[in-house]
Amino acid sequence: MSADAAPPMVEAIGLTKTFAIPAATLFGRARPVAAAVDVSFRIPRGRTFGLVGESGSGKSTVAKLLLKLEAPSAGRLLVEGQDIFAQTPAEELAYRRKVQAVFQDPYGALSPRMRADRIVTEPLRAHGMDRREAEARAPELLRLVGLPPDSARKYPHEFSGGQRQRLAIARALSVDPALLVLDEPVSALDVSVRAQVLTLLREMQQRLDLTYLFIGHDLAVVRYLSDTVGVMYFGRLVELGPARRVLRRPAHPYTRRLVALAAGDAPLGAVRLQGELPNPLAPPSGCLFRTRCPYADATCAARLPEMRLAEPDHLVACHHHEAVAAGAKAETGPMLQEA
Amino acid sequence: MPHGEPLLAIRGLNVEFGLPARPVRAVADADLTLAPGEILGIAGESGSGKTTLCAAVMRTLPRTARVSGRVEFAGKELLSLPEREMARLRGRDLAMVLQNPMTSLDPLYTIGNQLEEVLRERRRGGGAGRLGSAVEVLRRVHLTAPELRLRQYPHQLSGGMRQRVLVGMATAAAPRLLIADEPTTALDASIQDEILILFRELRESAGTAVVIVTHDLSAIRRLSDRVVIMYAGRIVEEGPTVEVFRAPRHPYTQALLASLPRIEEEEVVLQPIPGQVPDLARLPPGCAFAARCPAAIPLCREERPRERTVGERHRVFCWRAGEGAA
Repeated sequence: MSADAAPPMVEAIGLTKTFAIPAATLFGRARPVAAAVDVSFRIPRGRTFGLVGESGSGKSTVAKLLLKLEAPSAGRLLVEGQDIFAQTPAEELAYRRKVQAVFQDPYGALSPRMRADRIVTEPLRAHGMDRREAEARAPELLRLVGLPPDSARKYPHEFSGGQRQRLAIARALSVDPALLVLDEPVSALDVSVRAQVLTLLREMQQRLDLTYLFIGHDLAVVRYLSDTVGVMYFGRLVELGPARRVLRRPAHPYTRRLVALAAGDAPLGAVRLQGELPNPLAPPSGCLFRTRCPYADATCAARLPEMRLAEPDHLVACHHHEAVAAGAKAETGPMLQEA
Repeated sequence: MPHGEPLLAIRGLNVEFGLPARPVRAVADADLTLAPGEILGIAGESGSGKTTLCAAVMRTLPRTARVSGRVEFAGKELLSLPEREMARLRGRDLAMVLQNPMTSLDPLYTIGNQLEEVLRERRRGGGAGRLGSAVEVLRRVHLTAPELRLRQYPHQLSGGMRQRVLVGMATAAAPRLLIADEPTTALDASIQDEILILFRELRESAGTAVVIVTHDLSAIRRLSDRVVIMYAGRIVEEGPTVEVFRAPRHPYTQALLASLPRIEEEEVVLQPIPGQVPDLARLPPGCAFAARCPAAIPLCREERPRERTVGERHRVFCWRAGEGAA
């Protein structure tokens, strides 16, 4: 197989996850709530796919599916061409080595009773290596993430937040993974430390040819690491394309607001995104963003916009993105009335 | 901002924890004044003492803390005030909003229950003309469908809505000073701005002074009149927000601003501050930032820098700041 024909590291095809909300009354019916709907994207090997969106937009649901912590209700998730929800037990075991995760909270993610050398080598032991052999690898792993060798004997509380996140990264790297799921890995860190950890993540990616799914809400941070960016709103991807283009010249009205807000140089209140995500039990008809979109009109209430090409490689789900980009669409205000 | 009588004046405030023989000074020699209606931002990394400073003003520090110095609020010295009087001030003249809107509300009671309880308490305190009804309180913080929210439980509200409820509760009695400790950290960017706008409205409608403690420098830049930068328990720079952000004078402030991601020729540039925040129990004799400072000279490691005025109400604690070399 030539390099071009090799399947991408990750390919999501129409990925959907619905949860059932238990009935409110004894004989009532459970109601389905969609956490992710029809999500499709690809991540080539060695690249980073950034997912952005507000809390409740479904970003973490996608991460959980990729980690096999949840199973999809519909759609497929392929890793190196293999459907990860149709694996034999042996394939699953191998997959669990191949994909590792780093989460937001470096305090909750590390056992306070384990020393650093044991923490970073635990995945090796979980995959069958004996303790002595595993812990012999600790100094190398600690060095890899820039922690001093004497940190092997320390407990988590003796490390700062940034160092703890380095430990979490070292632990993820211990089993030589190909794919890292990074769910808000720097959000809980101080700005100066954030830069250190992001630099480390980029360096690790280059050195070890890692593929990243990076979830974040800080657009500058997402742009720093990502090649491609997907913007989620209320469970759906609304925009997808090269990171620079999406975050510099966003096409969807939602992304446009996010980018303007994140620029942070406009005076307070000059850029606003009012309202909240709609009620998942009673989603609006048509476009899900219309209840907050300044450009919403009757078309938006009538039909759900499909993903369309705005430019090559750049998809957007908005009926009016051309007019909005051209400044030809009047701001009529959001259509607050739902359904 | 007026230069008249300050609303809050902190003089030589020290907060220590741990054994007296080997104390950890979470806040050291802090001097700070705040005018009525002024918005002050306090920035600094974890462990810089910003939260401890606020807790010292509210007198909510744990018993093990040793506090010295003076905290004058509207003519009263808070540190020596009997607890009963302090309790009367809290919530009415002095209010606080915390970081975590998830745990600050009781999950077993409706929003209405909890809000009514606060209002009853404030009314008993007397002299609160602005209180109004629970619905009015929620309307002031622009919560949608306020009548519905009163009947709902905290878990039925989003994080942003909960933070609005908490800001409403804290400011129901139009306090003279609101201390907000990382009030937007747990919220989405779109909601963060809306909460910051509430603080500004509060200053405009009720003349409330606001101290906002955050590591989000963008929030401080856009909201506050003045900014204080803390490092390892000490104030290292203080000045008008515009000036400090345009021309920071302390190397730490400079490094902190440079560590924010910025875009240069299409690339996102990050400039981490090398090294680690020092251990508060083992601070060096000189400037605590010296070990990480690109401008440090031998003097910085030996002697603690003295205060230097570098502009109108702009002061900095750095030996090199006066030379323009830093």
